[in-house]
Amino acid sequence: MPTRAFTSGVQTVERALVVDPGQRVPGRAAGFPLRREGPAKLTGAAKYTDDLVFPGAWHGITIRSTEAHAKLVAIELDPDVDWSKVVVATAADIPGDNVVASIKDDQPVLVPVGGVIRHHAEPVALLAAPDKETLRRLKGRIRLVTEPLPPVFDPEQSDHVFAKYEVTTGDLALGFAGADLIVEGTYRVGHQEQLYIENNAMIAVPGDDGGIVIHGSLQCPYYVHKALKRALRLTHVQARVIAEETGGGFGGKEEYPSMIALHASLLALKAKRPVRMIYERHEDISATTKRHPAIVRHRSGVTKDGVLVAQDVEVIMDGGAYCTLSPVVLSRGLLHAGGPYRCPNVRLRACATRTNTPPNGAFRGFGAPQTEFAAEMQLNRIAERLEMSPAELRRRNVYRLNDTTPTGQVLRESVAAEEVLEQALGASHFERIRERTARESAERGGSGTIPPGPLRSGDRRVANGIGLALGWHGAGFTGSGEVYIGSIASVELTADGRIRVLTANTEMGQGTKTVFPQMVAAELGVPSDWVEYAPQDTAEVPDSGPTVASRTVMVVGGLVIRAARRLKAAVEERNPGVPFHEAFRDDAKANGATRIDQKFEAYPGVVFDDATYVGDAYPAYGWAAAVASVEVDLDTAEVTVRDVIAVDDVGKVIHPVLCEGQVEGGTLQAVGYATLEEMKVRDGRYLNDRLATYLIPTAMDAPHIRTILVEAPFSGAPHGAKGVGELPMDVAAPAVIAAIHDATGVWIHDLPATPERILAAMHGDRGAPAA
Amino acid sequence: MSAYRFLVNGAPAQVDVPGMRRLLDVLRDDLGLTGTKEGCGEGECGACSVLLDGQVVDACLVPVCQVEGRIVRTVEGLSLAARERGSLDTLQEAFLEHGAAQCGICTPGMLMAARAYLDAGGGPDDESIREAIAGNLCRCTGYTKIVDAIVAVATPLE
Amino acid sequence: MPAEPQIDVPRHLFEAYERLAAGPTRPIAGGTDVMVAITGELAPIPERMLDLSRIDALRGIQLEAGSLVLGARTTYTEIRRSALCREHLPVLVEAAATIGAAQIQNRGTLGGNIANASPAGDMLPILLATDAAILVGGQRGEREIPAKDFFIAYRKTALAPDELILHVRFPLPPGREVRFRKVGTRRAQAISKVVMALAWEDFGSTGWQNVRVALGSVAATPIRARKTELILEGARPTPEAADLAAEILVRELNPIDDVRSTADYRRMVSARILHRLLREAGGW
Repeated sequence: MPTRAFTSGVQTVERALVVDPGQRVPGRAAGFPLRREGPAKLTGAAKYTDDLVFPGAWHGITIRSTEAHAKLVAIELDPDVDWSKVVVATAADIPGDNVVASIKDDQPVLVPVGGVIRHHAEPVALLAAPDKETLRRLKGRIRLVTEPLPPVFDPEQSDHVFAKYEVTTGDLALGFAGADLIVEGTYRVGHQEQLYIENNAMIAVPGDDGGIVIHGSLQCPYYVHKALKRALRLTHVQARVIAEETGGGFGGKEEYPSMIALHASLLALKAKRPVRMIYERHEDISATTKRHPAIVRHRSGVTKDGVLVAQDVEVIMDGGAYCTLSPVVLSRGLLHAGGPYRCPNVRLRACATRTNTPPNGAFRGFGAPQTEFAAEMQLNRIAERLEMSPAELRRRNVYRLNDTTPTGQVLRESVAAEEVLEQALGASHFERIRERTARESAERGGSGTIPPGPLRSGDRRVANGIGLALGWHGAGFTGSGEVYIGSIASVELTADGRIRVLTANTEMGQGTKTVFPQMVAAELGVPSDWVEYAPQDTAEVPDSGPTVASRTVMVVGGLVIRAARRLKAAVEERNPGVPFHEAFRDDAKANGATRIDQKFEAYPGVVFDDATYVGDAYPAYGWAAAVASVEVDLDTAEVTVRDVIAVDDVGKVIHPVLCEGQVEGGTLQAVGYATLEEMKVRDGRYLNDRLATYLIPTAMDAPHIRTILVEAPFSGAPHGAKGVGELPMDVAAPAVIAAIHDATGVWIHDLPATPERILAAMHGDRGAPAA
Repeated sequence: MSAYRFLVNGAPAQVDVPGMRRLLDVLRDDLGLTGTKEGCGEGECGACSVLLDGQVVDACLVPVCQVEGRIVRTVEGLSLAARERGSLDTLQEAFLEHGAAQCGICTPGMLMAARAYLDAGGGPDDESIREAIAGNLCRCTGYTKIVDAIVAVATPLE
Repeated sequence: MPAEPQIDVPRHLFEAYERLAAGPTRPIAGGTDVMVAITGELAPIPERMLDLSRIDALRGIQLEAGSLVLGARTTYTEIRRSALCREHLPVLVEAAATIGAAQIQNRGTLGGNIANASPAGDMLPILLATDAAILVGGQRGEREIPAKDFFIAYRKTALAPDELILHVRFPLPPGREVRFRKVGTRRAQAISKVVMALAWEDFGSTGWQNVRVALGSVAATPIRARKTELILEGARPTPEAADLAAEILVRELNPIDDVRSTADYRRMVSARILHRLLREAGGW
């Protein structure tokens, strides 16, 4: 084997060009800082986990179950192999508790002998070797002896409930009694893969103190840290987690990295050397978490004027084999299930159950895209039954200031639902285009030379359609989550006069490394490039909570701003009459370092009872509308999503270019969810667990996306921001499905709306299964 | 095991490796050029795109024996050209300004596909640009800003 | 790092033939299929391999005695840029543009598509529809295999283990028209759910002659729909003929459900795109 010609010493060698990160280039970003780590990413200099070199490191792989449900009787090592040249680790090697610390501690790090395999591709044993050839040769020589157990694949048939909630308000029976029209519907959504382009990657380096340093691709350093301490029995200091450049997460690197870090650590401790666990795409898709599949049943009552008077919604989510984050995903799904609409009589019920499929977990939107798809479908079908414009029906029901949600939350401020709706309708010329598509549809039906049938389309080859959806997204954690975790973020003036922001919030493309220094710089009155962003290393930064729930800018950003203000005040108090930007260097020389730790304090007036689900479920909500236009090929039912107008109220736009980037990216993920992305599951195993078979949109499949940002600030945050990451994910899918209906006349109740489903609906069972 | 010689980013390289080693592994492991990324190993995502004699290819699908005597250009080569001018090259600069890189893992491959398109005389037409980068999956941007950045570079200055 | 089997890199055909005659050897040209199989361990790792990329005899696009002849190593990009293809068999250019994206088109070859013999191979229905012939060679000599006899079972071809594909010859009969339609899983980087080539010769009064309806992704191999061809033979592309042909095609096909699509969709859509192509040909 050749050596690495250009590498030497520990870690990496900086070969490529490094551009001054603060350097400004005139152009679109003028006035706002350019992406801080952008030059490194654009020159290939940025180091992702698999780019790091640790001399003497071994490679590790995971031996996984091939059954969905079985008792693990034994792990047999082929006696013809000399196992002394490699390292094998099993559950017996775990020094601490055999659990991946999470909400419920039900998921083992490795299935122990005598224990139960609960899903296909579950980790059972680990193997490390100096080279990959040896791994390839030996991985088939570890045999799992199992006794099959009956699996459960249908979440409605499962008797193991991970979580269950109910929210009621008003009198449901009375509501339905007063309705002129009752509409029912069942909607189903399947798994969705996050499909970050960088696969999961983790390197564990054993320390002299018996500890472990993890270098990894991950969203939440302190989640991994907690898991290491628990399963490996390490002290706070012995466990150290460093988030390296992370090539996308979208929730997929929220909880599963804890598992991989533990695996790499077990091998590293046993091999007494660094071990690299770099997943291949096939393994990443087949084993790691997905968006929860869900079944959502709606029964709605409306008056003939289109006023919602009763909503009864039932949500069933498939949690997969272990609990992971299912209770909180379900909770968010439930709280968004009614859509952004006022209704006096509501019952929302939700439950998540266990099945023998790989565990489902966090994915952008976190339960809300599933239930909001159903809510918007339901509203569009009501509009159709009332022969009312879907825009008008929304106008009549949309939340306004001082309306009350089903949990009894009074929306006292920051309500921009109408605003985003009207902006989207105006920018898309929704009603005008809808009249045109209706005319085209009538012409198609009436004037063709031959009527369309199952084996042929009419004289037109394509049909155009336009669709609308409206959504909301609770900002930050649900309920008392923030109070419970009590995040700390810091801003520091170092003794040598540098300004540093210290948080555990990772950069995975959203722009954390750019906007935090930008916000601090704005408070301190200094250029953005004077402010450093400390590395996401648990040895250096405080626990500012996970990088999830669109909370980074809103919650942690708020802490950072408050810390900066306090730092400024402290320095200016010591240097009366001298503004911070002139005073801080001399102040540091004279007084040494000043570090401000800002701890989260409950937003004033925001109260939620986690036991009864009464109160302010979220401190504020972001509001979004999407209008999609599609072209459907009438021969093949292929859908082209031409344009999406995305209007998002984010409270306060911190950085327009990065903010638009979030909306555009989230919108395309939702378009993929609506049209293309489908995990096919058989016997608990994903059939299309490769990039050739699990398809996401290419540039040619992507619509032209126009983003309109709206600002309805939230007074609890010093900057007013409410987060943007997840909001666009909630609305584009139902907008696309509505547009497909507008084009073809059929409702697709189950995502994704594949050509197979659309064609079957158009010509098989007309009207599609309403279940 | 044989010696294979080729040019990488203008400099001669020689590796003594099996002929079936993927160009991707040669670049990353043998030459330490980790700017080229692996996303799938099956030619679906384009993260490992490099230029081979000026044509964009997936380095995960090219055995190094087929690279003997040829010219390879990677993302590090874009910046090498720019280093002489002391800044990013125009395409990288446009990506930075327009916000076309987010998590950055698809970015090196995306830049190489865009470079091939521009070097072949590609213009600012949206559809042609999208076709040129259709072999490069991006999960962050929705492609909007990537297309914008390439349009900006492909648009002739007045 | 995937397995790295031994590989020979000959410059001349005779060297390649010697290697193939010496024992089981897997040729590699553009690598777009072989490399995926090795990396993904989708098939047994070949013990020995043979690189065709230095053999110039396998290249080139030319007109020879009323046929268009493409070397086995012709890439999709070369087909797309070929003035000869565009002039004499533009459907090849159209089809090449639907394969993968730039990276795959720059590397993937016509010969590779044929040797790989995937039922979803996008070029293969065109070979069947145009009565193309595949010239193969080895130490025992050269022979020409008609495309219709080449694909004998799922990923099995008439090519002997000691033979290479050298050229593909597309006859260019006067008055022939060829149409192509691919229904993919997405707009680029897409493997087909249904791919169809329709060819006919039209001399005016006699109706369509030598009609070919060839399909991919609807059977274990690329196939011709012979019953549907018979219906169209001697017919004109009228609504009645199109309806009948679509109905016969639906009955003639027996596709399967797999990760990419369903049997029902493939059957229905095959009929519908045939109907559409006939409608466009008939101008109604």
